[in-house]
Amino acid sequence: MGPMLMTPITDNNTAFVIASAIKVLMFFGVYLVTVALLTLAERKVSAWIQDRHGPNRVGPGGLLQPVADGVKNFMKEELSPGAGNSVLFTLAPAIAFCTAMVSWAVIPFAAPLPTPWGVVNLSIADLPVGFIFTLAISSLGVFGITLAGWASNNKYSLLGGLRSSAQMISYEISMGLSIIPILLLAGNVTMSSIIQQQQAGGWNVLNLSVAFLTFLISAFAETNRLPFDLPEAESELVAGYHTEYSSMKFSMFFIAEFANMLTASGMMATLFLGGWDIPFTSWDNGGDPSVLKTVLTLLSFALKAGFFLFLYMWIRWTLPRFRYDQLMSLGWRFLLPLSLGYIVLIASVLLALQALGITAGPMQTGVLLVLNIAVLVLVFVVFDRGRLVNPTTSKMSAAEMLRLRMQDRDEIAGAAAARPEPGMGD
Amino acid sequence: MAIKVRVMDRPVEQVSYVRATLSGLAHTFKHLVDPHKVTTQYPEETEALSKRWRGTHRMLTNEDGKAKCVGCGLCPTVCPANCIKLVPGEDEQGNRFPLVFEIDEFRCIFCGYCQEVCPEEAIHMGRHYENAELTREGFVYDLERLTAQTHPVSELWDPADPSGE
Repeated sequence: MGPMLMTPITDNNTAFVIASAIKVLMFFGVYLVTVALLTLAERKVSAWIQDRHGPNRVGPGGLLQPVADGVKNFMKEELSPGAGNSVLFTLAPAIAFCTAMVSWAVIPFAAPLPTPWGVVNLSIADLPVGFIFTLAISSLGVFGITLAGWASNNKYSLLGGLRSSAQMISYEISMGLSIIPILLLAGNVTMSSIIQQQQAGGWNVLNLSVAFLTFLISAFAETNRLPFDLPEAESELVAGYHTEYSSMKFSMFFIAEFANMLTASGMMATLFLGGWDIPFTSWDNGGDPSVLKTVLTLLSFALKAGFFLFLYMWIRWTLPRFRYDQLMSLGWRFLLPLSLGYIVLIASVLLALQALGITAGPMQTGVLLVLNIAVLVLVFVVFDRGRLVNPTTSKMSAAEMLRLRMQDRDEIAGAAAARPEPGMGD
Repeated sequence: MAIKVRVMDRPVEQVSYVRATLSGLAHTFKHLVDPHKVTTQYPEETEALSKRWRGTHRMLTNEDGKAKCVGCGLCPTVCPANCIKLVPGEDEQGNRFPLVFEIDEFRCIFCGYCQEVCPEEAIHMGRHYENAELTREGFVYDLERLTAQTHPVSELWDPADPSGE
């Protein structure tokens, strides 16, 4: 081992190729193991919330449960529907799986690592298109689900596939729009510059709380997690788009769902919680890269992403599923106008701050924080209680409501009067 | 026929969905961190059975290790499921004993009449439930097996509370 080189590894082509290959292989392994452990974590959290112990028979504390599940899924018989489209039926889980695996690529998970051959950036690829790549790839994932629904030749699968395409398209819009305020602050789409912006000007969860909220909700919808898991709503659609899938093909969808969850958590941690930045310190931000910094920032990132993963599970086992019209009304009537309005607001405030000569720093964060609190109070206190934030009933005038109720009551009374007396004449 | 939609009276103005969500999250988190779990870890722990539990039978024996049964034939007579097979025998001293005593536990409905009717308090229901066998024949318990059982026997009723209240 020679001395640590402080030049980027991209200066040396051979070293860059080798380093990238190692990164991809290592990351793939770690990613899949994390996903496997997430399935266990999901079951454990659900069990604890329901006052149960959860899986605890395989390995210490049930730690080897995912292995047992994997073996079971490999050994199971693979069925495919006779009248279905077998090519698409096989292709669909592959699409879902591949897009879920690829979408992480741009998220940096630790500070750059110094090696004897140069400094390695710890993201798979620090693409200039940044998070747009993740958005694009994750919207490809809907093809897997929709094709699965179509190729199964099953009405429940088809309904699940249709629901997922409608849901994903609706929430992708508010997801994309809720990222635009970050662009306004960071001035760049690459993940590394967004992390730099947050290291300099405070985390975006404080700068842009409202965008964080809309992104969080959209991310839940994008990953098909409760309360937005309408594509697989088991009480109405059997298992939705993967009703006809068995064995490893079913497992692929399952892995894809958890991988998407992981990616969304990584995205939220990076975009809103400062990525691998360690809070309240600045020594990890500048200076020469070191191995200690890399390890500590990796830990910091893992904690942040882990928080969101826990939030996913926590919410899943708390909230019931939305009705379909409620889902659409929440997406189009609430999230879309809110994120659009927020872009205009943030843009004008930033313009005003710029005119006053205030740039990134505590002052800007303070102003934005006050603004965010005002908007959140407006949304959740003033507009709440059926005035605006009300996804569970459709808008209806009081007179119309009264008319319907009276009509309903009359019909019930009429039906009761028209019913013949029982036990007479027969 | 048109589908009728019942419009429910819902106090929209008094309901906050955001607050309901937050209180729901607080509730589930309380259960999440609560160390008290309701599951019984079955093979390691077992729940106590009632004294009146009626499980698979047991034949009690007298001091010299023989079944108390005198082959009177009351239990096959009273048995509503007709699951007891009894062939009585008699030795030179005139003592009656069962030559064959078999209970088909698959036919048995665990009513406990055999225990109640037995004048010698020989046949008893057992406080026991782990009965798995690999064959159907394994569920026909012969006299040897019935006397070899060691689990506690059912009281059928609690002497302190005969009407079961």
